[in-house]
Amino acid sequence: MPSTVALTVARYRPEQESEPTFQTYEVPFRKDWVVLDALNHIKDNLDGSLSFRWSCRMGVCGSCGMKVNGTPKLTCAAFLSDHLPGPVRVEPLDYFPVVRDLVVDLTDFMRKLKKVKPWIIRKEERPLGDGEYRQTPDQLDAYTQFSMCINCMLCYSACPIYGLESSFVGPAVIALAQRYNMDSRDQGAAERLEILSGHDGIWQCTFVGECTKVCPKNVDPAGAIQQYKLTGAVHWFKSLLLPWGTR
Amino acid sequence: MSAEPHYTLYHPRWYRRRVSVWWWLQNRSYAGFVLREITSVFVAFFAVVYLWQLRALAQGPEAYAHFLARLKTPGFLALNGVAFLFVLFHAVTWFNLAPKAMVVRLSGKRVPDWIIAGLNYVAWLALSGAVAWILLPG
Repeated sequence: MPSTVALTVARYRPEQESEPTFQTYEVPFRKDWVVLDALNHIKDNLDGSLSFRWSCRMGVCGSCGMKVNGTPKLTCAAFLSDHLPGPVRVEPLDYFPVVRDLVVDLTDFMRKLKKVKPWIIRKEERPLGDGEYRQTPDQLDAYTQFSMCINCMLCYSACPIYGLESSFVGPAVIALAQRYNMDSRDQGAAERLEILSGHDGIWQCTFVGECTKVCPKNVDPAGAIQQYKLTGAVHWFKSLLLPWGTR
Repeated sequence: MSAEPHYTLYHPRWYRRRVSVWWWLQNRSYAGFVLREITSVFVAFFAVVYLWQLRALAQGPEAYAHFLARLKTPGFLALNGVAFLFVLFHAVTWFNLAPKAMVVRLSGKRVPDWIIAGLNYVAWLALSGAVAWILLPG
């Protein structure tokens, strides 16, 4: 076991430089340290100017997504010991504008997420007195997987389509739309169809499949998209054969 | 980005990276993906050969014999061999991905991925067997 490990960290200080550079730090190696611990060590002891996002340290908040040795990962779940002998290369997520060092701007995702109305839509709300909307375990099972998304953006960083076509709504947005489409209490699938089946929706996806591989929560956005392609195609055929049936 | 980027406290100067033309060489899965997309060219190639065959068939025995002789030239054999490998890669990669797109539920339980992929392979073998049975002599 080495006593220290080198971290090569991407720096971007817009008031100083016009494009990112790399800075190498030597941090103590500990078996129980993840990349985020090493970054915090740098921030606390070596260089207070390093900027990065983090919060929960346990894979729940989705704030600490970065590229570690080229792969998008939650740095709170990326052990230094899995990246020996180093240097460990830490970069901001791909395809999002870099605000500073390892911090990226996620406005694009937030804007797109809102478009698919990620909430339960009812044609008519039931009065409170009628009690809650009940679900069977099977009905719950149909969407639970998609509800595990923590908006960490690793899937966007892994998606070359999003990199090449920035108008693509992207893996997490589609998975989250499916989370509500598959929910037995929801009646808003038709309202989401236009965005999902539209020019920037599912048909942009050519099934690279990397989004599913990097997802720390096993959401399987690639699966969600392919399944929705089937839904979209069936809907298109229906509208062709029975134009009055899909209204 | 303009030459003189605007930078104030509330309008940070963002850095936008450009995607390299060689992005697909970054890792093996990207390269595999691009290879899988390229296989469609070879699928189209076989379709064109098939159309060519039909045309030769319609033109009579002489044209058909000429067509067959063309297929037996070393250049065509090599091209067919390469095209066959690509089409094989096409079939295998898509069959392996089929369970992602097809979620079948039987009595509330999701049918395991290997069964969905396996059924595709079985259908492939059965159809290939049927074609071979019709075409191969004896």
